[in-house]
Amino acid sequence: MELPSPDTHVIDRKQRIVQLLRMVVPHEAIVDNERQTLAYECDALTARRCPPLAVALPSTTEEVSKLLEICHRERVPVVPRGAGTSLSGGALPTSDSVVICTARLNEILEIDCDSRFVRVQSGITNVSVTQAVENDGFFYAPDPSSQLACTIAGNVAMNSGGAHCLKYGVTTNNLLGVRMVLMDGEIVDIGGESLDAPGLDLLGLVCGSEGQLGIVTEAVLRILPKPEGARPTLIGFDSAEVAGKCVADIIGAGVLPVAIEFMDKTCNRVSEEFSGAGYPDVEALLIVEVEGSPEEIEYQQGLITQVAWRHNPVEVRESASEEESLKIWAGRKAAFGAMGSVGDYICLDGTIPVSKLSVALRGIEELSKTYKLKVANVFHAGDGNLHPMIIFDTNNAAEMKRSEELGAEILKLCVRNGGCLSGEHGVGIEKRELMTTQFTEDDLEMQMRIKDVFDERWLLNSAKVFPLELSQARRMQ
Amino acid sequence: MIPESEQDLARIVASASGPFRIQGGGTRPVGNPCHGQPLVMAGLSGVREYEPGALTIVVGAGTPMAEVNSLLREHGQFLPFEPMDCCRLLGTDGTSTVGGVVATNSSGPRRVLVGACRDFVIGMKFVDGEGKTIKAGGRVMKNVTGYDVSKLLVGSYGTLGVITEVCFKVLPLPGETAALLVNGLSDRQAVRAMTAALNSPFEVAGAAHLPSGIDGHPVTMIRIEGSGVSVDYRVKLLKRLLSSFGDVIVERDSERTQAGWKYVRDVEKFGTDSGGDVWRISTPSGDAVELVERARECGPVEVVYDCGGAVLWIKSGSSLNLRSRLEPLRGHATLVRASDEAKRRFGVFHPQAARVEQLSNALRRQFDPRQLFNRGIAQHGNGVAGRE
Repeated sequence: MELPSPDTHVIDRKQRIVQLLRMVVPHEAIVDNERQTLAYECDALTARRCPPLAVALPSTTEEVSKLLEICHRERVPVVPRGAGTSLSGGALPTSDSVVICTARLNEILEIDCDSRFVRVQSGITNVSVTQAVENDGFFYAPDPSSQLACTIAGNVAMNSGGAHCLKYGVTTNNLLGVRMVLMDGEIVDIGGESLDAPGLDLLGLVCGSEGQLGIVTEAVLRILPKPEGARPTLIGFDSAEVAGKCVADIIGAGVLPVAIEFMDKTCNRVSEEFSGAGYPDVEALLIVEVEGSPEEIEYQQGLITQVAWRHNPVEVRESASEEESLKIWAGRKAAFGAMGSVGDYICLDGTIPVSKLSVALRGIEELSKTYKLKVANVFHAGDGNLHPMIIFDTNNAAEMKRSEELGAEILKLCVRNGGCLSGEHGVGIEKRELMTTQFTEDDLEMQMRIKDVFDERWLLNSAKVFPLELSQARRMQ
Repeated sequence: MIPESEQDLARIVASASGPFRIQGGGTRPVGNPCHGQPLVMAGLSGVREYEPGALTIVVGAGTPMAEVNSLLREHGQFLPFEPMDCCRLLGTDGTSTVGGVVATNSSGPRRVLVGACRDFVIGMKFVDGEGKTIKAGGRVMKNVTGYDVSKLLVGSYGTLGVITEVCFKVLPLPGETAALLVNGLSDRQAVRAMTAALNSPFEVAGAAHLPSGIDGHPVTMIRIEGSGVSVDYRVKLLKRLLSSFGDVIVERDSERTQAGWKYVRDVEKFGTDSGGDVWRISTPSGDAVELVERARECGPVEVVYDCGGAVLWIKSGSSLNLRSRLEPLRGHATLVRASDEAKRRFGVFHPQAARVEQLSNALRRQFDPRQLFNRGIAQHGNGVAGRE
């Protein structure tokens, strides 16, 4: 997870670069003193830190364009940043980079309920999109767990998902258009307000490109009518393997819940202690949520419990009220925070076919023993998106190294079982060097050629996604 | 050429010099006319992997859609994006294949709820213009590992590479279907009614309006799908909601509802026997009525509103450049059926902003530097060259 050595030619010119940047945005919109740039030294992958050369806080698309034009001309690397909640180091700066932060682009520009879309500036938080339309009976579906803080810019860059994506899809399925600034400063509109755009699906390419193709300053998002209601069912099992089979059977039975969440014993106990949600002490816990009117919910819950009872559950608890629903979700929602009370942890997001859940869980358990590190599992089971949390002590360098190695082994296990390295968090710097386990060099060469088209000088977030050795020639040009 | 396998195809491409015209089922002669040696994909056919419990299926690009659909149906699942059968509209016959559907991002009335073909393609393999086999995406539903290259190939009209294998996300088949029909609405009323339905929480899986239906009178159709319990409930509430627009007829017979939605999906109204050019307009549904009014000012046109008005099929007299008459247009117009001469003159595809066009062409050069595949098919309108 190393960062490439910085371009000293850029660092030496810091004064001049900052001066140039200040010519196109207000003085205070460029942060260059070392005490302040420290605030941008990392994202939510806190184990890696590096303060940038400077930070720019533009307020308009035109400002972003002018800033990028200067960086392009001066060959200064740029790292785009939303709220800095990336778990894969997607917003981690290099010391020779200017961080361009979208936080001040925070306006809602248009709400069109008849055509069911909103146009927003990209620095607004995910949750504020739903807040802006909920009085009209709508919501914005992707709901990453950082939704109170994370921005639409970051969501588009990472193609963020969330707990409800089993039914509603991820960002790419809910995005109609973007306004984006290319590295040379040109502003382009990709997609728009209609269901599709002519020509190649550049929008589908940009979404999830980890800020390497351009900086998105506006987005047109699809909004959906709010469902009438939602209710979770909690199911406890005395075996993780059986819980995994139950998930596949629920899906095979023709019900499509909005969410199927899984927690293993470790995670379950810690979350219970932290939240007092009243969870049974079991090996594996499923929370299955369905939506609709009361009678529709009752019907779907009926089908789900029918499947569940075939697998000898220890407990089945159907929520019958808002209060019970909140209680069932309380522990799951607290899970990530609660795990923090046990120790430091790395949270992975490898994904596997649902049919391989039990195989993967067994594999993770064996690896956990081999590496002598505790792993807790909580994940979106419906789509096979694992979230193994490797618990370690940051102050113990050997343990930290071991935990990163274990993480790599777990991700390789996912790929071996037909899955992928990242279902939600993106590659960033975290999984960059593992890309060759999932892709051939030809596959990666094709992806890098795509970057060549958008950013031929490889200035934009270039130390991410691709193994450093493979991207070296392009970055060093 | 009829490659027998992916390796065979890769060899053919690597050693080829002339252009190819990629051929699936031959039912979908869309895009600009293009010439080249036929590259017949029938040899790359068959289901490679199917996991009902994981909601995924991997199939060869040459596989007939009918084969995929019937296998899925046996397991109570389906491909929800409802690609159209073009035979009636374009006067072709045969059976459409996975590759053709994916390369044109063909998506029908249900896209208003579930999304388009591109939303259900989670991975693929293709052979690029240098004869290399490239993997994009994977076979899991959630995957943000690297760029989403599959999205680029979906709807690329074969210009980036030859798709050899596709992994789809599938969904459980709905147990029941109902159609709510309102007769006699004006276009404006119909779009209002469809919007009211689409903005309700009842997960409307189709909203279409035919100003002149099968019997020549206006009919507005709303589709509801799901379990019996759900359909009963939703039909009851939607019927109440729509009653302010007119009398609501509920059709629960599955064959009849299916035939009705097939009529919309395949734009049967504009079958080849009826003549005329056919345009497909994609626009925010709020603009639909005004666009149709503008089209009507140009002369006699016929219209089918799909997706609540977000997709408009317009049949006009030949040699009318409807696209230019609709400007300013939020969205785009595609000339789906016309003479080769009209296609050349008006351009099949909507012109794009210069930089977007430049980026697209540069991408095409990266994928297929020798311009081997479907040369010229995706060229954009107004004299802007898709490929130089």
